Amino acid sequence: MRSDMPNDMLNDMPDDVAAGTPRIRLDHLFREFELGGGERRQVIDDISFSVRPGEFVSVIGPSGCGKSTMFNIIAGLETPTSGDVLIDGAVANGEREHTAYMPQKDLLFPWRTIVQNAALGLEVQGTPRKEARRAAAGLFAQFGLKGFEHSFPFELSGGMRQRAALLRTVVQGREILLLDEPFGALDSLTRIEMQTWLQEVWAEHSWTAVLITHDIREAVYLSDRVIVLSARPASVRLDVEVDLPRPRDLSMTTSPEFVRIEEQLIEVLHEESRKAFEAQKALR
Amino acid sequence: MTDVQQTATGAGARPVDPIAQAVQPRRRRRPRTRNLWANVVPSVVILAIVIAVWEVLVRSLEVRPQVLPPPSRVLEQGWAQRSTILEHAGATLQVTITGFAVSLVVAWIIAVSIDFSPVLRRGVMPLLVASQTIPIIAIAPLMIIWFGFGLLPKMLVVALVTFFPIVVGLVEGFNKTDREVTNLLRSMGGGRVKEFLFVRLPSALPTFFTALRIAITYAVTGAIFAEYVGAQQGLGIYMSVQKNAFRTDLVLAAVLVTAVLSICLYLLTFAIERLVIPWSFKERKARSAK
Ligand SMILES: Nc1ncnc2c1ncn2[C@@H]1O[C@H](COP(=O)(O)OP(=O)(O)OP(=O)(O)O)[C@@H](O)[C@H]1O
Ligand SMILES: [Mg+2]
Repeated sequence: MRSDMPNDMLNDMPDDVAAGTPRIRLDHLFREFELGGGERRQVIDDISFSVRPGEFVSVIGPSGCGKSTMFNIIAGLETPTSGDVLIDGAVANGEREHTAYMPQKDLLFPWRTIVQNAALGLEVQGTPRKEARRAAAGLFAQFGLKGFEHSFPFELSGGMRQRAALLRTVVQGREILLLDEPFGALDSLTRIEMQTWLQEVWAEHSWTAVLITHDIREAVYLSDRVIVLSARPASVRLDVEVDLPRPRDLSMTTSPEFVRIEEQLIEVLHEESRKAFEAQKALR
Repeated sequence: MTDVQQTATGAGARPVDPIAQAVQPRRRRRPRTRNLWANVVPSVVILAIVIAVWEVLVRSLEVRPQVLPPPSRVLEQGWAQRSTILEHAGATLQVTITGFAVSLVVAWIIAVSIDFSPVLRRGVMPLLVASQTIPIIAIAPLMIIWFGFGLLPKMLVVALVTFFPIVVGLVEGFNKTDREVTNLLRSMGGGRVKEFLFVRLPSALPTFFTALRIAITYAVTGAIFAEYVGAQQGLGIYMSVQKNAFRTDLVLAAVLVTAVLSICLYLLTFAIERLVIPWSFKERKARSAK
């Protein structure tokens, strides 16, 4: 851990107190990977931002910039090379019990029925099977999966599989959700439908969520704030408040405010994507 | 196909529940039996033709039965000797099953240990591969010298020829688990043991059953080979004795019984697989139906 950490925390203290302790705070996060042969690849270069309790924050950034790596660090699956993850004000590097993580692929197990898949997290955490499955089954109606409790994943459509994966994530009862491109693999109609649905479910729970996405519209539509990361190594390029009233509906996506934010994001994101692309070309 | 229905039904209004009702999980029954027949009928026809040609040729060329008896004679003489042959088949089955059971236990222990310890993996795998280069022809007689004519040396031969494919199948099956799944499980709070129980073990089972099928066919031939080298009972020693008495028909009858035995055990693995991992069957069926 960094030697200047206590100092750093003191400096930031007044800020935090003023706004209430953030649920998640990334404090000067760095991460590099050993590539073998003494080479290193820097993936995250000084990311700092906070997420308030109950806030929905989207993260967008060029492909390969380090979004999933950042998630892995927040989820405690990887440790930062330097910098800290703070959960409710306490350093939580490498701690896994705070967040529920939804990976890029649905990763539903083909040997488990949907309700068994949904209960996986609870079962892994030691909840007795029956109880875990009962808890999971209770959410099926809300997730549009009623009647599919005992189906196998291959019997479901893409959208349903994603909902099942999300159910598996939230049923763990953890307060922070990390969603890594949950709708990335869906066709655009299904995706819109899922966004609307997520928006509604969201309103009924008090989750704090960070969502990675490539879809700018999705980011604006769902979020209280959108963070744009730079090309690799990732740092925060832009941090935009989305000041649109909730509940939101699809008609809002054509409002001037929505379009303004969207354009602002598109511009920065394209600039960064271009940089990422140039960097790729230079490598060859 | 479900995707289409889904997007067609729900894009607008209330997206929470109606999607699910639109697509009901479907059951398919009939294609399975049809497939079975489609698979079996051609081989039965080919087999029947070969046997018919054999019968006709041997009779018309008047080949001596000591050299090559006609199939009808094999059946007839085999039937006459059925109680003796069955008794020997029983002994062979016993060797096969017990040897295979030993093999399974050993293979699981080795494979699971390897899965938990990279050091063991590096140390043991090369030895296992080396063990497969030992010619069983050389080792089987030695087994008899060391352990006598009883059950033990034959069980060992069966275990020796069958445990390797099972170990390899298991180890590869365990390793099919990719990093993202491991990460998911770890994020849920699972350690290495939970990862094994919740992911690595179940995902290895299809590969395990494939390996099991390969191994079980080796098992029967392994048992017969061990008996051939020296035994009091069993199809192997029966064949050896009949061969020395120039009873080619009875040797072939014993071969026939061996084949039937092997096929039965082979089919049994499907039945067991179906009981243990029904999901794998359903999934494969759905995929092939698409
Ligand atoms: N364990 C690792 N060792 C070496 N390099 C890694 C490792 N993990 C990730 N990287 C590199 O870090 C970079 C960022 O990867 P990451 O998966 O975080 O990107 P991403 O922003 O999630 O991309 P995408 O949008 O395609 O999902 C990539 O260049 C990747 O090769
Ligand atoms: Mg990613």
